[in-house]
Amino acid sequence: MQLSTVWFLLIGFLFAGYAILDGFDLGTGALHLIVARNDTERRQVLNAIGPVWDGNEVWLITGAGALFAAFPLVYATVFSGFYLAMVLLLGALILRAVSIEFRSKETARIWRFGWDVGFSVGSALAAVLFGVALGNVLRGIAIDPDGAYRGGLIGLLNPFALSVGVLSLGVAVLQGSSWLVLKTEGALQSRARRARVAAVALVLVAWVGATTIARTDAPRVFDNFADPLAWVGPFLTANVLFYMLLAIRFKQDGRAFLFSSLTVVGLAATAGTALYPNLVPAVNVARSLTVDNAHSSDTALTVMLVVALIGMPIVLAYTSFIYWKFKGKVRMDKASY
Amino acid sequence: MDVVQLDRLQFALTISFHFVFPAVTIGLAGLIAIVETLRWWTRRDVYDRLSVFLTKLFAVTFVIGVVSGIVMEFQFGTNWSRFSGFVGDIFGAPLAAEGIFAFILESAFVGVVLFGRDRVGSTVRWVAGLLVCLGTTLSAFWILVANSWMQTPAGFKIVTDSNGVQKAQLVDFFQAVFNPSTLPRFFHTMAACWVVGAFFLMGISAWYVLRGRNSDVTAFALRLSIVIAFLGAGAMFATGDLQTREVQANQPVKFAAMEGVCTTSTGVPLEIIAVPPSQNCATGTGLGISIPYGLSAMSDLNPNGVIKGLDQVDPSLWPPVAETFLSFHLMVGLGVVMLLLMLLGVFFLWRRSIERHRWWLWLAVLAIPAPILATEVGWMTAEVGRQPWIVQGLMMVSAGTSPSVTATDVSISLVAIVLLYALLFFLWIYGLTREIRRGPATGAEVAPAIPGTTPTADFSPAEPASTGKEGR
Repeated sequence: MQLSTVWFLLIGFLFAGYAILDGFDLGTGALHLIVARNDTERRQVLNAIGPVWDGNEVWLITGAGALFAAFPLVYATVFSGFYLAMVLLLGALILRAVSIEFRSKETARIWRFGWDVGFSVGSALAAVLFGVALGNVLRGIAIDPDGAYRGGLIGLLNPFALSVGVLSLGVAVLQGSSWLVLKTEGALQSRARRARVAAVALVLVAWVGATTIARTDAPRVFDNFADPLAWVGPFLTANVLFYMLLAIRFKQDGRAFLFSSLTVVGLAATAGTALYPNLVPAVNVARSLTVDNAHSSDTALTVMLVVALIGMPIVLAYTSFIYWKFKGKVRMDKASY
Repeated sequence: MDVVQLDRLQFALTISFHFVFPAVTIGLAGLIAIVETLRWWTRRDVYDRLSVFLTKLFAVTFVIGVVSGIVMEFQFGTNWSRFSGFVGDIFGAPLAAEGIFAFILESAFVGVVLFGRDRVGSTVRWVAGLLVCLGTTLSAFWILVANSWMQTPAGFKIVTDSNGVQKAQLVDFFQAVFNPSTLPRFFHTMAACWVVGAFFLMGISAWYVLRGRNSDVTAFALRLSIVIAFLGAGAMFATGDLQTREVQANQPVKFAAMEGVCTTSTGVPLEIIAVPPSQNCATGTGLGISIPYGLSAMSDLNPNGVIKGLDQVDPSLWPPVAETFLSFHLMVGLGVVMLLLMLLGVFFLWRRSIERHRWWLWLAVLAIPAPILATEVGWMTAEVGRQPWIVQGLMMVSAGTSPSVTATDVSISLVAIVLLYALLFFLWIYGLTREIRRGPATGAEVAPAIPGTTPTADFSPAEPASTGKEGR
């Protein structure tokens, strides 16, 4: 396999890892105002992600760094082309982060409610924007001869991209509700259970909807699916969603979270399949950024592969260790938010 | 303003704002590592309470550093896409290493340090503290590699891609990582961060003493921070000397602007306080105190040594002279003042009279922002002095912007960032003053209840607002 294809897969791995990890804390944020009705419950929601959200968010920084590293032209074209959307995304991520950190510092209702709204809106907006960005990349963008995309913010708001935005929000809520069911108890937990069922429905509807819209608005996403092997992603997604329903039915909450996470993997595999060998398909096909024309030199890719092969097992080991240390229901102590 | 100037303004604003927070957190992480080690080794309660207090200050600062740091990383792509294309092959590996080896490490273990005190054993907590310190240090290293490569590129070749666009390609990873300015810059920056952290704790401890809130914790914190601030302030001069010599060797134009040398000559004086030369060098340095032959003597070890002036290159390749000169001199001046303050501090510490010198303690409180300001102007020297290059000698700043981003786009983001950062800064100050007012737990306070034994109190809605609800 070519090095650039290895890096295509590794970046897919990093972004899928980000979607699984930050997915559940973005989804938790999106559900915050809906499932948590009073101050105690809201604090439980915040503390359900308290020790881990920061580490989760760093996967985005690492994913973006790896994209910069392995495919600089993709990073340059997408980040500058989606300028205002990126600014909005950064604003949303900043808002939710400070909301988590500062909400519990005062007891005034208006203070806490303001940060609750910030946490919720910031989280939901970020989840939607990630989907909209991915949707546009999947659909293919108009790349000018100098390698720049000049469609502006309005150009990003097409039906397919918006439907992927809804799907992305649905997946985050699926992750978030599955996480909350694991971490909470009582009335809060039963509301999280209902949200989880609604999230499965939302994901199914949005997935089918995005696929239907794609037939007219983004036909290129089907290009790769003539090959039966390409169906691994959709097949996995459909299966784990079915298992997810079974797990919910039999109250196997740990498995439900696992299947929710595997839904992310399935959808990421589907998106990756729809893209390959492109990273950013262009409307004018010759200008597409692909694994063959957008990658860094073999020297750079080899060095980074060594970094990743040494680093990622260590990262996975200590991340698992930390999740294991914080396993179980939320417990409030002096260090809590 | 045109789009290049707007892009530069936005970058200057976001990087100046961002750097405050990593500087404080790197310094605090170092202090936490020391105090945690003492706690783990001696099991004394005073170190435990100081460590908890430090992690609270750390937490408030860390979150702002993380969110403003994401802006920095995204900005390479959003506003400087041609630059990103040019340096991607080189920057890739250090940035990937930063993410994988450093960011994930520090952020993951910050969770343990902040939330896990009562969940993990003493040894795990200590190791987590050390790993946070290691993580912050490694992030500093890798991002400084990227910056240093922009100042003194090495280990690369220039190639032209299929679209006819030039870019730098990695040839030798270790040469690129350990380019001529990496290590001097790393040592100087790390020393600066430790000084920032030490002055931070020193000022806060001094404030407690002045307000009559001194305890075993603040007494130890004051002593520890004075020693570290003193060693750090000394290290600033040693590492600063190293770095200035490196700049003289590798970026002589920047060096000439820093020292205000217009024309190449021998026996150049060292300007201590002076009006900088005008941008075209029509008027040279003047109206100030200078040491005759000082600069030649210092940088050449020969009073008649030759110093290359700005005239070595065309004026179009000069950096903004006054800004480079003034920021450099302000940095050195602040360094001297801080070193004097610390000499006195160590003297009083040795005489065991530190708590009696209230004027010194007040100076220590007022000096909290001094190393932060010095760090900011130091970076200004490094970055403004590199102009008009974005990568020294290889790419101009004006060639690095994003072709698709308009002046309107940048104006919108600039306004949004100014408003958002004003809020962040306010929140930071608010969060810090809140933690400082609450202060470290005093020895009289009973150790925290074991979690799980009184969960009902924590979950009860009738709980009085002030007991645990305010969180950390």
